[in-house]
This record gives sequence, C-alpha cells and structure tokens, in this order.
Amino acid sequence: MLSRWGHDPHALVQVLRETQALTHWLPRALLTHIAQALNLPLAQVEGVATFYRFFHTRPVGRLRVLFSDNITDRLLGSEALLSRLCERLGVAPGQPDVQGRFSVDRCSCTGLCDQGPALLINHHQVITRLDTARVDALAALMLSEVPADQWPADWFHVDNKVLRADVLLSGLSADAPTLPEVLAREPQALIDELARAGLRGRGGAGFPTARKWQACRDADTSTSGPLRCVVCNADEGEPGTFKDRALLSEHADAVFDGMTIAARAIGAQQGWLYLRGEYRYLLPQLQAVLERRRASGLLGANAAGLAGFDFDIRIHLGAGAYVCGEESALIESLEGRRGTPRIRPPFPVERGYLGRPTVVNNVETFCAVAHIARRGGAWWAGIGTASSTGTKIHSVSGDCERPGLYEYPLGTPIAQILADCGAMDAQAVQVGGPSGACVPVSGFHRRIAFDDVPSAGAFMVFNPSRDLFEVARHFARFFAHESCGLCTPCRVGTELVVRRLDKLALVRGAGRGSAFDLQRLHELDALLHSGTHCGLGSSACNPLRDTLAHFGEVYASRTATPQFEPEFDLDAELSAARRVTGRTDAGAHLHTEHKP
Amino acid sequence: MSSFSFDGQPVPLQPGDTILQAAQRAGHEVPHLCWHPEVSASASCRVCTVRVDGRPAAACTTAAAAGQRVECHTADLRAQRLHLLQMLFVEGNHFCPGCEKSGHCLLQHQAERAGMTDLHYETLNPERPVDASHPDVLFEPNRCILCQLCVRASDELDGKQVFAIGGHGIATHLLINSASGRLGDSALAVTDRAAHICPVGALLPKRVGFAVPIGQRTFDDAETRG
Ligand SMILES: Cc1cc2nc3c(=O)[nH]c(=O)nc-3n(C[C@H](O)[C@H](O)[C@H](O)COP(=O)(O)O)c2cc1C
Ligand code: SF4
Ligand code: SF4
Ligand code: FES
Repeated sequence: MLSRWGHDPHALVQVLRETQALTHWLPRALLTHIAQALNLPLAQVEGVATFYRFFHTRPVGRLRVLFSDNITDRLLGSEALLSRLCERLGVAPGQPDVQGRFSVDRCSCTGLCDQGPALLINHHQVITRLDTARVDALAALMLSEVPADQWPADWFHVDNKVLRADVLLSGLSADAPTLPEVLAREPQALIDELARAGLRGRGGAGFPTARKWQACRDADTSTSGPLRCVVCNADEGEPGTFKDRALLSEHADAVFDGMTIAARAIGAQQGWLYLRGEYRYLLPQLQAVLERRRASGLLGANAAGLAGFDFDIRIHLGAGAYVCGEESALIESLEGRRGTPRIRPPFPVERGYLGRPTVVNNVETFCAVAHIARRGGAWWAGIGTASSTGTKIHSVSGDCERPGLYEYPLGTPIAQILADCGAMDAQAVQVGGPSGACVPVSGFHRRIAFDDVPSAGAFMVFNPSRDLFEVARHFARFFAHESCGLCTPCRVGTELVVRRLDKLALVRGAGRGSAFDLQRLHELDALLHSGTHCGLGSSACNPLRDTLAHFGEVYASRTATPQFEPEFDLDAELSAARRVTGRTDAGAHLHTEHKP
Repeated sequence: MSSFSFDGQPVPLQPGDTILQAAQRAGHEVPHLCWHPEVSASASCRVCTVRVDGRPAAACTTAAAAGQRVECHTADLRAQRLHLLQMLFVEGNHFCPGCEKSGHCLLQHQAERAGMTDLHYETLNPERPVDASHPDVLFEPNRCILCQLCVRASDELDGKQVFAIGGHGIATHLLINSASGRLGDSALAVTDRAAHICPVGALLPKRVGFAVPIGQRTFDDAETRG
C-alpha cells in the first residue's frame, strides 16, 4: 500500500485511513512503521493520527458502530437506540467488548438527517432509519459475527428525496451544449460569464466566485511553478446539511463539469474532490464516474479535445474533522497534515495546495457553474434577487412532515419553506446549521438570501415541544468537540461554554445555575466572536447567542439563584468520607446557604 | 516614510512589517505570548489581538499598511486580553509560587500587566504527567500553553523536529518525537534553541532554577525589586 501511494508524505491521511481499514486501529508500532516509510517524524504522524476523529490510537472493536449525533438524530430517538444496542451487546459506549469484536460510539452529523437516526459501520457503510427492530436485528448479527456485507441490503439504502427541484436538481437538459463546446471558449470568457451571473459561493461565506477565480488566474506563480489546482469542497460537515451528498450521488457529472470549467478558466492541471469520511460509501460510484469521464476523454491529457489542456481529478477522503471544511484547513489535510486553518494571507488563490494557486469551491457552486456556463450569466442573474442570484438547495430535517431536499430561488421566505415541508407549528428554525442562525417565529417572514438570512444549506425545524436550551447545548458540545485546538479562545472558550451550559442543565452541580452564569456566557460569546483564528471559533456561540436573545426564558428557568453558585456541592464531596466512616448523623454533613 | 496609527500615535513602517513588528520597533508594547522574533508566527495565543480599522486581528500576523488605524490598549481589548490570559491559567495547572520560572515567565508577566487578580473561570485541572526523563531538560506539561514556540524553534532553528502537536480541542497537547514519546529518548540537546525558547515553565533546562535572585529576574519591576 505504501508503494501505491509512492511513499509520499503528503498522502499520510490516506495511508492512515487505508491502514486502519485493515487493522481496525493504529497501534504505536504501526505509526512508527508508517513514519519510517514516509520519512516523517513519528510525533508528526502521531499528531495527525490523534487529530482526526476517525483514527483510533487505542483499541476499538473489529466492527465499529458510530451513531450519528446531530440534534436531528437525537430528536428521532438516537440516544435510546444507542443505549439499547449497547445493552444488547453488553458494552459501554466507546468501550470495545473483551474479545474485541465490536465497539459502539457517537460521531458528529453523518449528513443523513432526513432519514435518521443513522449510524456508520467501520467508517464505510451507513445504516439509515434506525428503529428498535433494526437495532435488535443489528445486535443479533453483530453477536453472531455476520460480516456487514451480508446484512440486509435495505438497511444501507440512502434516499435522495427531492421534494422541490429547481434548475440544479432538475439536471441539465439533453440538448445543453456539451462540455467540449463550453471549454472551447476563452478562459477569460468563462470567468466573465460567472461575473455576469453574480454567482456567490454556496459553502457559506458567499464570496463571489468569479472574483475568486480571477484572483487565482492572476496569481503570481514565479515562485511556486506554473501549476494550479481546483478543489471541490465536499466536506459537508455542517450538521443538518446533506445537499452536497445528493448532488454527488445524482449529479456528479455536473459537479465534475464545473471543476473542469474552473480548471480551464484558471489554468489548472490538477483537481481534488475532498470527500468527507462520512461519505466513504459514495467513493466507488464517484470513482466510476471519473473513470468514465477519462475513457471519454473529458479528463486526462488534452482533456475535452483541447490541445495542452491536461486536467485530471483525484479524490481525497477526509477522516472525520469538521474544521477540514474550512478551506485552508482542507488544504493542510490534502497535504497529509493536521487540519489546522492556515494564517491568511496568503490566501489559497495565491498559495494553496503545495504552494500552488488554488481555487476551493463548494459542490453546489461547481454544479451551478456547469449550468451557468451553458445557459449564460444573464439567465442565472434573472433568478433570485439582485444581490443573491440563482437558486439554493436546502436540506430540510427535524420536526416536519416531509424532510428532504428543496431547491428555491434565493429570496424565498422561511415561511414558504416551512409550509412546503409541512411544519405548521414550528417554534424555530436553525438555518445554515449550528454556524448559522436560529430564527424564531417572529423571523419567519425573513428570506434566505446573502443580505437577509444567509444559509450554507441546512434547515432544521423545531416544534414547540423541543427545548431550545438543549439544542444550543448540543451545538456547543459539537463545536468544542470539533475545535482544532490551535487558538486559545476557541480551544479553551468552547470548553468553558460547554461547562457553563452543563451546569445550567443540571448535569453538573444540580440546581446551581445562576444569573451570574448567564453573564459569563455573554462574555464568552463576545470573546469567541471577535478574535479566534477561524470561522469555527467565531461562530461557535451563534446558537447560544440566538437562543439567549429569542428564548431567554429557557435559560432563566434554569438559573436557580441570582448570585454565583459554585458548580460543586461541598456536602456531596463529603459523601465518600461518610461512607468510609459509616456516619450518617447531622454532624457529618455540611450546611450550605443555598440548598436547592 | 509611510506610517499607520497605533493608539493614536504614528508608527513608521518598513516593507514586510507585521503590526507587532512595526509597533515594537517604534517602542510600543504589544502584549504577546506565542510570537518570537526568531521563528515564524503561529497566531495561536491571540493575546496580541488588536483592532485594525475596527476589526479584530492578531498583530503578530497581520501586515501593517499605511494609513491603518490600530487600537491596542483600549479598555475592551484590555478586558479581552485579561480573559484570554485567565483561560490559559485555568487550562493548565499553574502554581506560580512553586515554579522555577517565576519572575522570568511571560505568562505571569502578561497576567500581572493585565492586572489579573483571579482566575475568573473554573479550573479545568487536566491530568498531565511530568516528564523528567531528559538529563538536562525538564518537561512540565502542566504549564504548557501550546504556544508552539518549541515546535517551531526545533524545526526552524535546530533542524530537529523534536516537538509536534497532538490531539484536538481541549485535549490538544505537546508531543515529543521519540520512540517512547519521552524527552529523554528524543534528539533534544540542552544547547538547542528549543530548550530555551519556552515562554513559561514548561520546558526548563535543569539545575539552573532559582539561580537569579529576586529583584534581578527578567520581569522584576520597582515593586518586586523592593
Ligand atoms: C469551520 C468551517 C467549516 C466549513 N465547512 C465547509 C464545508 O463543509 N463545505 C464547504 O463548501 N465550505 C465550508 N466552509 C467554507 C469554506 O471555508 C469555503 O469558504 C468554501 O468552501 C468556499 O466555497 P464557495 O466559495 O463555493 O462557497 C467552512 C468554513 C469554516 C470556517
Ligand atoms: S509557568 Fe508561569 S504562569 Fe505557569 S506556574 Fe510557572 S510562573 Fe506561573
Ligand atoms: S512547551 Fe513551552 S514552548 Fe512548547 S508549546 Fe508548551 S509552552 Fe510553548
Ligand atoms: S502573539 Fe499573536 S497570536 Fe500569540
């Protein structure tokens, strides 16, 4: 395997992944061997192996089950199902059984929110629509050690339920110009067409795509050599988002068309699809599409029949780290390192993958490019609003009758999406995932658009029976778990937020939450919002801030006292001493002022 | 010569300057922990956060540009800096009175400058075993603030790559490159720059502790000098 990767240290993440697929976990001796083979310091290999959530440096079961732990999975009862499976198997979460046959744990969102609760098997297959019957059958198969490829096929079925298709989800019409026809145009003309379209990136930040490409095309390559790169960001880590999964499953050709058009426009030779580890099951199918495109001459030397246009696309698999969706962290990961966001400038368009000018765009952005290049910028600009042109795909999940994919022109009011998906009594919608905004009823007239409520694609609905404090606490845990650990405010701050919320949630120091804790939360929010290294830290408190602002009562009800209360209970701390001495008398207890 | 404004005062700038470099050359203090003139920046501690034309930015990595308006010693930035320092104190286990680095410690110094009198946050009390395996250098991870100066010094100045960063989130920690993961089995020599660059008491050359009398330590001032 090492020779298949050419002993390339930049392939470290892929080498660790493939090794672990065979060995289940990564013992130190194996890391040492890999370090030697790739000529890397052992500590660096260990640093990478301990960074990604899907790498295990401690023993795990030969069969590894990871329950998707997005809030939508929880709303559908994932926690009870996890307990049930653990009970049947006789294991605790995170602990392999004594024979090392299996282990059960949680992972962040798997992008199957419309058909959850879901779980991952060996980071390789997904099981959707879990219920008690499925969990019981699963436990039986696991106990009798039936290999996963012999389990019922319908368990692995992933549905791409398109409930409202607009231009992107309808696909290209049969008489659309072919890719070679599109690519025959001047590279600059391709960029100008995008500028006319007013296309803004669909990955969240909404940066004008034409400007990004132009900057990359104009980048100075005197020091980095003439090579340039195009990267498709298919990390789709934002909980609640699953539109890219659907595009890659149903419209992979359009996505690869978009990447090829980008390569032509900026003069790139190399393309990468950065596929999140959770979507490993899409790999064979995507490889087959690439193979077909190579066979038909759309990729490779003189691609699409253009002399001198040598462009091919490779797939890099992630290993379970949300922060790798941040474009510079993604590039670090592509280069085989920890997914830590880079210092910017220089921006990826100036110096990206291996120092080469690199364009990173979202899956949906490339898909839109494929359409715009054929149907014209003016056509796209005619859809949506003046500053938010075109359509946007929404991944709808949570408390609604019809979860699935909905594509609308930008500028569509939240209320319309709610009506269409059958969510008549929603109390709030989390738009754009945890990094986005929690919109209460009073904001349902607002529109999804870059200048009103921007969205990276997630649309999670909460009905009045849901506790938005618990939603915010869940998201806070997500961010703390996914922090890369580089900068102080994010590394320590996200953890402090979780501890305060746990205290209010009566998990720690029961009944000791106070108004004082709320003030500290406001302060932590301000600190994280201004001055973290990347967008993960600066948006980590968004759910907290929004719910504090709109649903303050769910916090107020948890603040037992106005004054500070320590999270520990002095009297409870003495319980061990009482047990040892056998004393139960009043004298063996401490009396504190604010007893709940 | 072109200049930018630093807390209202003009600071001349040279090509390639970061805000921190230019301000420091002009005699202004920009509080920092993870920056060191001899190695590349990591932008990790965020203690140097300033406001550039109203937007927060790390002074150690932000390019200085003519006409910029930089604010550093304002009340809100001071409060923010104090909280960042308090975060670093609760993240590790810092017991200054018993620490050899006292008086030479940049974290302690910045905390004092920031007027820190309490921890503000609950302590996280991590369990981090001490590594005393090296004959000449002690590694006390309880005091490590993950500034990565040793990582960069070993790589960029010593050409050894003795250190690396492991884990993620609050479990991020310093790794040592050796078969056992211990300092004693690594290539670190006490003469390496990496053995001396630590701003706190996490990496300490042995047998030199408490050698400098109180009053003559790096960060002693009129008050501690007595
Ligand atoms: C923590 C973090 C996670 C991100 N995750 C993703 C992601 O999963 N997919 C994505 O396309 N962009 C993600 N982004 C945004 C990317 O950094 C980048 O802006 C985007 O891929 C650019 O593509 P676009 O211009 O087509 O939107 C993330 C950003 C941050 C800060
Ligand atoms: S390293 Fe600095 S802050 Fe930490 S205990 Fe020692 S003197 Fe105090
Ligand atoms: S040991 Fe010292 S120099 Fe190294 S990362 Fe920790 S605090 Fe920084
Ligand atoms: S000195 Fe700038 S971030 Fe640490």
